[in-house]
Amino acid sequence: MGAISERFEAMPHRLASSKARQRVNMIVFLGPAILLTLAFFVLPVIVDVVISFTDMGRSLRINEFTFKQYEKVFVGDRRLASVITLTFVYAFLTLAIFNVTFGLILALLTTAIPKVSGGFFRGVWLLPRMSPSVLYILLWVWVIRPSDSGLLNQVLKQIFGVKEVVDLLTTAPLALIVVSNGFIGASMGMIIFTSAIRGIPEHLFHAARVDGAGSLSIVRHITLPALRWPISFITIYQTLSLLVSFEYILLLTKGGPFFDTTVLALYIYRRAFQSGQYAYGAALALFLIILGVVVAMLGWKFLDMKTLLQKPRIEVN
Amino acid sequence: MARVEFRRIEKRFGDVVVIQDMDLVINDGEFVALLGPSGCGKSTSLFMLAGIYMPSAGELRFDDSVVNEVEARDRNVGIVFQSYALYPHMTVQNNIMFPLRFKGVPREQALPKVREAAELVHVGELLDRRPAQLSGGQQQRVALARALIKEPQLLLLDEPLSNLDATLRLTMRTEIKALQERLGVTTILVTHDQLEATTMADRVICMRAGRIEQVGSPDDLYSRPASLFVASFIGSPPINLLTGQAQNGAIRVKELSLPCSGGVSGEVTVGLRPEHMHFGDTGIPGRIAQLEPMGREILYVIDTPVGHVRILEGGSVAAHRIGEAVHLAFEPDATLVFEADTEALLPNARVLLPNGGAAAA
Ligand SMILES: Nc1ncnc2c1ncn2[C@@H]1O[C@H](COP(=O)(O)OP(=O)(O)O)[C@@H](O)[C@H]1O
Ligand SMILES: [Mg+2]
Repeated sequence: MGAISERFEAMPHRLASSKARQRVNMIVFLGPAILLTLAFFVLPVIVDVVISFTDMGRSLRINEFTFKQYEKVFVGDRRLASVITLTFVYAFLTLAIFNVTFGLILALLTTAIPKVSGGFFRGVWLLPRMSPSVLYILLWVWVIRPSDSGLLNQVLKQIFGVKEVVDLLTTAPLALIVVSNGFIGASMGMIIFTSAIRGIPEHLFHAARVDGAGSLSIVRHITLPALRWPISFITIYQTLSLLVSFEYILLLTKGGPFFDTTVLALYIYRRAFQSGQYAYGAALALFLIILGVVVAMLGWKFLDMKTLLQKPRIEVN
Repeated sequence: MARVEFRRIEKRFGDVVVIQDMDLVINDGEFVALLGPSGCGKSTSLFMLAGIYMPSAGELRFDDSVVNEVEARDRNVGIVFQSYALYPHMTVQNNIMFPLRFKGVPREQALPKVREAAELVHVGELLDRRPAQLSGGQQQRVALARALIKEPQLLLLDEPLSNLDATLRLTMRTEIKALQERLGVTTILVTHDQLEATTMADRVICMRAGRIEQVGSPDDLYSRPASLFVASFIGSPPINLLTGQAQNGAIRVKELSLPCSGGVSGEVTVGLRPEHMHFGDTGIPGRIAQLEPMGREILYVIDTPVGHVRILEGGSVAAHRIGEAVHLAFEPDATLVFEADTEALLPNARVLLPNGGAAAA
């Protein structure tokens, strides 16, 4: 009896100490991640919001707190409308032509051919993603160089007999940024779609063939419906990354000629770091974040992300 | 409807030979079962008929035409897969209608047919559901309707009952058989369940490791199995096998000597089915080691000088107790003798009861 009551009395004390230990564990395990999130995500947003309500310029001095920057965003900046239009045109074209469509075509083709060669071609399309962005863009610069030493001009001259030198940087800058981003962007979709296609039970394809479907009908009636979720995911994910990333454009065209390839993210960079309008850049950055959230939510709603393919109930080999 | 013929069919995957030298004729309107253990090549044979796999060698014929190179979609066969393979994003109605899409049947003509096929397999009320919202049995019926709607010349069923519970399996067994009789379509059922094969099919093709072991009526396979493999695969509980040495009209199994007819000699295996054995005053001596009531019958496991022997006795109450000394008798006409090294049946050989019940030398 004595032993039991003794243990009983010890209980609350032990409970308290286990709670304390849990708290310590939480700090030990989650602490670093929380610190990183605070330092690199929450803090910058706060700093950004604060700066956007000031008049900070090249001197980095704050003279007053003001709504001036937001007035500029919504009424004052005439260029902004065309920058936003360009951003959406660029994002839409890159997505529609490359990241989704071309990625899908690559996945369909490389899963239809024998495994080894399929893997090889997917590897080739992954190469640009594995090389440093600067190197990748240097190759592009060399390809499109508007002189006889550029690859494109050499091909045009030697094979097609074109006399004049072609300068894509001035004649087709938008196409250039779409293609150079698309070649990299397609590989992500390709990988996701490939694994989704691999996940379709093989008997579905067999059944469809016996039921009379040809290759194209199989793609339409069996493969594509199974890819609905991955396609939605890639669309939303890539829209967001196209909206906020600008390094390839900066390296290839510097946003030019003039502002012809300056998408919103690059515009923010140019305003803040090239013209020194830090406060205005901060306001624009906040605007971009809100834009991204709205786009993501619209995508979530219209692409019906919750619909998933039914999992097969039984595994049969 | 079609007559199907395999002529020296071989199927390889890379270097692995899965089907060897297969010769088989299935007559128009016949219901046959491909029976064999898992991995023996039943599905592969079926998929060759469906056009999913092409034979590596030999000739596959439907009626009088060679179909080796004919695409699956041009063969007009219906198939039910083991996993049912229903299209997950389509409703039951669209699943069943899918084959008609590619036959150019307009929707307004297809819909009544879909309803008819669905009624035939009792899923008429489920047309708006998706496969995920159906039970296993319902999915199976939908798969059957999808296979039947194009009025196939050949119906292929790959282990259609293996994912159903025992009661449902009995129901579907009867239904599929009745349906086949009504439609008269040539049907090939793949199964590893001997009971399913023998109860449903007119003829059973027993396969082993890519080869046909025996073709015959269910009774042929049960009463006159061509080989030791067929004998041990067919029948439940499994046949008792005793291996011994035949000499001068007797087979010696350990210290037991069983007289035999048919002039056998050399090493042989004797097959005694549990249901053909009974307790007698004389016979193989033994002691009851275990008893398993199975409802209408009781399975006894007897410890004898030749090892454990199973016997099946009618009645729901055990007439013997564990440990009791007994003698096991059998009907000589129902005994089977196989040559040990070729495993082939010796058709004229019979085993007789040991005389006097004593282990005579
Ligand atoms: N696509 C394939 N590639 C390679 N081997 C296969 C393939 N399909 C089946 N096999 C092999 O062929 C053998 C027979 O398979 P299967 O016909 O599915 O057997 P069953 O249906 O009788 O269980 C198995 O050993 C299996 O591993
Ligand atoms: Mg199988």
